[in-house]
Amino acid sequence: MDELFHYIIAKYNYWASLVLLFIGLYGMIAKNNLMKKIIGMVIFQTAILLFFVSIGAKRGASVPIIKFTADKQPLLEATAYANPLPHVLILTAIVVGVATLGVALAILQKIQRVHGTIEEDEILEDQRS
Amino acid sequence: MMDQAPILIIIIPLFAALFLTLVGPLGPRFAYGLLITGLVGSLGCSLLSLGLVLDGNQAVQYRLGDWPPPLGIELVIDHLSGVVLVLIAGCALLTAIYSLRTAEQDNPDRLNHYYALFSLLVTGLLGMAASGDVFNIYVLLEISALSSYGLLARGQGPAYFATFKYLIVGTIGACFYLLGVGYLYIMTGSLNIADMAAILSQPELQESVSVRIGFTLIILGVWIKMALFPLHAWMPNAYSKAGTTTACLIAPLMTKVSVYIMLRMMFTLFSADYVFSAIVWSPYVIYLASAAAVIGMIAALAQRDLRKMLTFIIVAEIGYMTGGAWIATASGFIGATYHILADGLMTLCLFMAVGAIIYRTGETSMAAMRNIFQKMPVTAVIFVIGAASIIGVPPTCGFFSKWYLIQGAAEAEAWVFVAALLIASLVAAIIFFRLLEIAFFGDLDTTGASGDHGHSHQPVATLRAEAPLSMLIPMVITAASVIILGLYTKEVVNYFISWSVPLGI
Repeated sequence: MDELFHYIIAKYNYWASLVLLFIGLYGMIAKNNLMKKIIGMVIFQTAILLFFVSIGAKRGASVPIIKFTADKQPLLEATAYANPLPHVLILTAIVVGVATLGVALAILQKIQRVHGTIEEDEILEDQRS
Repeated sequence: MMDQAPILIIIIPLFAALFLTLVGPLGPRFAYGLLITGLVGSLGCSLLSLGLVLDGNQAVQYRLGDWPPPLGIELVIDHLSGVVLVLIAGCALLTAIYSLRTAEQDNPDRLNHYYALFSLLVTGLLGMAASGDVFNIYVLLEISALSSYGLLARGQGPAYFATFKYLIVGTIGACFYLLGVGYLYIMTGSLNIADMAAILSQPELQESVSVRIGFTLIILGVWIKMALFPLHAWMPNAYSKAGTTTACLIAPLMTKVSVYIMLRMMFTLFSADYVFSAIVWSPYVIYLASAAAVIGMIAALAQRDLRKMLTFIIVAEIGYMTGGAWIATASGFIGATYHILADGLMTLCLFMAVGAIIYRTGETSMAAMRNIFQKMPVTAVIFVIGAASIIGVPPTCGFFSKWYLIQGAAEAEAWVFVAALLIASLVAAIIFFRLLEIAFFGDLDTTGASGDHGHSHQPVATLRAEAPLSMLIPMVITAASVIILGLYTKEVVNYFISWSVPLGI
C-alpha cells in the first residue's frame, strides 16, 4: 500500500492529467447534452496541455534567458533553466483548442436552430421523424 | 526560386485563403478565379519539388528560416511525399474547377468564405504530406480538420449534427496523436522525424514502455482520423450529408492523407523492425483490416443513398490500405502506397460523377441512376470507369493496387486478408452491377417500356441533360488519370514507390 502511494506521489502530475483525461473522455462519450460533450472535450484537451506543461517544469529553474553569476560570468548549466519547448508547443495547442471550441459552439448554435434542442436523443428523434 | 518550391506548395494556398476572406465584394467569379490560381500555383510547385527529388534521387530537405534541424523546422519531400503532394494538389484543383456550379448552388451567400475554407483545408493536407516534424503534423492535421468541420457544416440540415459528432471524434483522434507525441518527446527530446528516428533506434528505447505507449497512442489517433473499422462511425453521415463540392474534396483526400501519416509514423519515425518485431500487433491488425474491407463493402451494399454507399466503400478501401501496410512484405507496402494514389483518384471520379447526377436529377437515392445512359452518357461512362476501378477491372488502377496487395498478402501467408480482398471485390461488383441494372432497365412504372429503346421522342425523364462543361472537363481528366495511372503502373512503382519501401521488410 505504502509503495503504491509513493509510486503515485512520485509522478503525481501524470496521474492528475490521466484522471482529467478520463473525466473528459467520459463526458464526451456518456453525456447526452451536447454542451456537456463540448465541456468534456475541453477538459480532455486541457488534460493533455497540462501534461505537456508539467514535463517542461523543473524545480528551482528559471526562465531560459542566460543569467550571470556574481562575477559577471554567464551561467551555463542546463539545470538552472526550464525547458521552454513544451510550453511553446502548448501555446500553439491552446490556440488549436480555442479554435476547435469556437467551431464546436458555432455548430451547436446551428443544431439548436435546426432541431430546437441540444439533447442528443431528442435530436435523433427529430431526425427520424 | 526553384529551391523555394517546397515551402511555396503550402504558402500559396494559405495566402489564397487569407485573400479569399477579403474579396467578397468582388463577386463569386473572382473568388473562383483566385482559388484556381492558388491551386494551380501549388500544383506547379508540387511538380517542381517532385522534379527536384527525381533529379537528385534523394529527399529534398527545406529548412525554414535556414535553421538546421533538429532545432529548426524542416520540410522533407521524398519520392513518396512528392507523389502524395501532387495527388493532393491535383485532386484539389480538379474539384475546384468542378465546383463552379455546385458550390454556388450549395452556398448562395458568402461563396468566398467557402472557398477560403477550401483553400485552408488543402493547405493543411499539403502541409501534413510535406512536413518533417511531428508537432507540425499535429497542427496541420488540426488546420485541415477544423476547416473540414466548417465545410461539412455547410451542408443541409442533418449535416450539423453529423459534423458535430465528427468534431468530437476527430478531436479525440488528434488529442491521442498529440499525447503520443508528448510521450515520444519525453523519451527522445526531439520533434524532428529524422532525428527522433535515429534516437528511437537505440536498443534501450526499443524496449521502453513509454515509447510503446507513445506509438500506440499515435497509431490509435491516426486510425480514428482515417476511419478504420470499427472507429469509422463518424464518417458516413458526415460525408453523405455534405454539399457536393465538399464531399468531392474531403472524401477522397482526408482519409488518404491520414493513411499516408500512418505509413510515415510506422516506417519513417519508427522502423519496420520495431513495428513488426518489437510489437506483435500485425496479426490482429490484419484481422481488423480484413473485417473493415468486408463489413465496409457489405454495409455499402445495404445503402439506398448513393453518396452514403460511396462513403462505406471508403471504409472498405481504408481496410485494404491498412492491411497492406501491416502485412510486412514489400509488395504489401507497394500495394498500400499505390492504393493511396489509386483510391484518391477513383473515389474522386465516383464522387464527381454522383455529384453531377445529383446536380441534374435532384435525387440522392439510387433512383437517380434511372436511364442515366440516355440522360447523361458521358457522366455515366465516367461513373462506370470509377466503378470498374473499385471492383478491380484491368486496366484501371484499382486492379493493379489490388494485385500488389493480394500478392503481398499471399507472400506473408495472410490468407484471411486475401479472402477479404476477394470477397470485398465481389461485393463491390454486386453493388455496381445492381446500379447498372437500374440505369439500363430502371423501374417500369415511371418511364414505361420505352425507356431502353433510345428513340428521340422519349418521355421527359430520358431527355438528354448532360452535366455542364465545368463539371465534365475535370471529370473526364479524373477518369482518364484512373486509366493512365493503371497503364503506367510499372513506371509509377519503379520511379516513385519502390524508393520508399522501408528497410527490413
